[in-house]
Amino acid sequence: MNIPRKKSEKLIDKNGIRADGRKPDELRPVKLEVGVLGNADGSAYFQQGKNKILAAVYGPQEVHPRHLTIPDRALIRCRYHMAPFSVDERKHPAPSRREIELSKVVRGALEPSVFVEYYPRTSIDIFTEVLQADGGTRCASITTASLALADAGIPMRDLVVACAAGKIDGQLVLDLNDVEDKMGEADMPVALMPNYNAITLLQMDGQLTSKDLEKVLNLALDGCKQLYILQKEALKSKYVAVKEEVKE
Amino acid sequence: MSSVMVARIKQKRIAELISKGMRLDGRDITEYREVKLEMGVVERAEGSAHVRLGKTEVMVGIKIELGEPYADAPEQGVLTVNTELVPLASPSFEPGPPNENAIEIARVVDRGVRESKAIALEKLCAVPGKKVFVVFVDVYVLNHDGNLIDASALAALAALLNTKMRKYEVKDEGVKMKSGYTQLPVANHPIAVTLAKINDKLVVDPSLEEEQIMDARLTITTGKDGKVCAVQKGGYGYFTKGQILEAVIIAKEKAKELRKLVVKE
Repeated sequence: MNIPRKKSEKLIDKNGIRADGRKPDELRPVKLEVGVLGNADGSAYFQQGKNKILAAVYGPQEVHPRHLTIPDRALIRCRYHMAPFSVDERKHPAPSRREIELSKVVRGALEPSVFVEYYPRTSIDIFTEVLQADGGTRCASITTASLALADAGIPMRDLVVACAAGKIDGQLVLDLNDVEDKMGEADMPVALMPNYNAITLLQMDGQLTSKDLEKVLNLALDGCKQLYILQKEALKSKYVAVKEEVKE
Repeated sequence: MSSVMVARIKQKRIAELISKGMRLDGRDITEYREVKLEMGVVERAEGSAHVRLGKTEVMVGIKIELGEPYADAPEQGVLTVNTELVPLASPSFEPGPPNENAIEIARVVDRGVRESKAIALEKLCAVPGKKVFVVFVDVYVLNHDGNLIDASALAALAALLNTKMRKYEVKDEGVKMKSGYTQLPVANHPIAVTLAKINDKLVVDPSLEEEQIMDARLTITTGKDGKVCAVQKGGYGYFTKGQILEAVIIAKEKAKELRKLVVKE
């Protein structure tokens, strides 16, 4: 949406620092936790700046309704959903058109990483809930859901990690927050399987020349690689904690 | 997306040909199917177009009504895109509210029109904060033979270019319609180009059979200045960085060709 912008608001100051104090190529502060929910087969929690995302995985399990069963592989289903209180103005709890589209692209981003052929006639259900949103929630959901899949013990080719980059005030920046996304010129969410250099999600809105598009893509991929290190640490730390408990 | 099955032997053949740079229907890998375009096909609509992309058929009708602006954009008209995958178009389409595929098509078409600033929405404000014009773009898929996104986006642009608005006057914050029409202000001409990845090769304008076997697809929408204004990856495979950059180059070239069919200079 084109929101008329007041001239006084600057997204980047003259020293090249963004409104929230970050440098153009700096990620927001991150907190990742794995195995946070009791009932789910796998789960994860992700805090990225003000974003708070919870993901859970159920499966592989029997498919319901039955007719959706695929004979030679697992069915992956995905739901991206925002809590009514996650945004300024209450969001109606029913899935919006945006959420339905995002559920589809999040599934598209995660499915290439899963060995679906190992579990024929089953479903793997992925649920992500945005508890608080501050821009880049689809990327954060992918990063979180991939950890939840790993936590569920589902065989995967690689983790999937996602991060956006874009253009604000004529400058290319990494990991846009809500204000930057809405007032900026372009936003490009990207998901990556780092060990394969496989890009599993790519969207863009705004206006970019082909040259800028390449630069923004590179920036987003760099961001993904930085997050990937944190993602791996989060997964390992769950087992380190278990090991320490056993020692005690 | 569809229950239309492609025999394994045919799947193999399609993939083999594509790895040699050929296609089952004789097209080059960067060649579109024949595009047929008709404008003004529905008199009751303010604008309309019917696009045939090979056997794929899409109709778009534009309706314009007075409505309220969004609170965060009080002086701008409103754009609404909706897609109906009507059951007469394919055995895999079912009646009911739009599913995720229909919503994705609508949102990709919407993104192209909106982000390229194709419609000058600031010119569709009658009474600031109270009354603006709402442009409804309704995409109606009539026959599904692959690449619905490109056909829908092309039909939407053609229909917008052919849209007429009633003249009006504003009196005491009331809007009164007058006789006579003006052209809807269209400032940019976004064109969506979809490429499918099959056997690690990029193929333009995938047919339904090609869509059944593709790993993933990438839609790139460019404006008339050559800037990319919307991108959407679909399907359950992946792309490499090289493939994405190659796709952008192809999409820009193809968009120029398609634009010539719709926009008469």
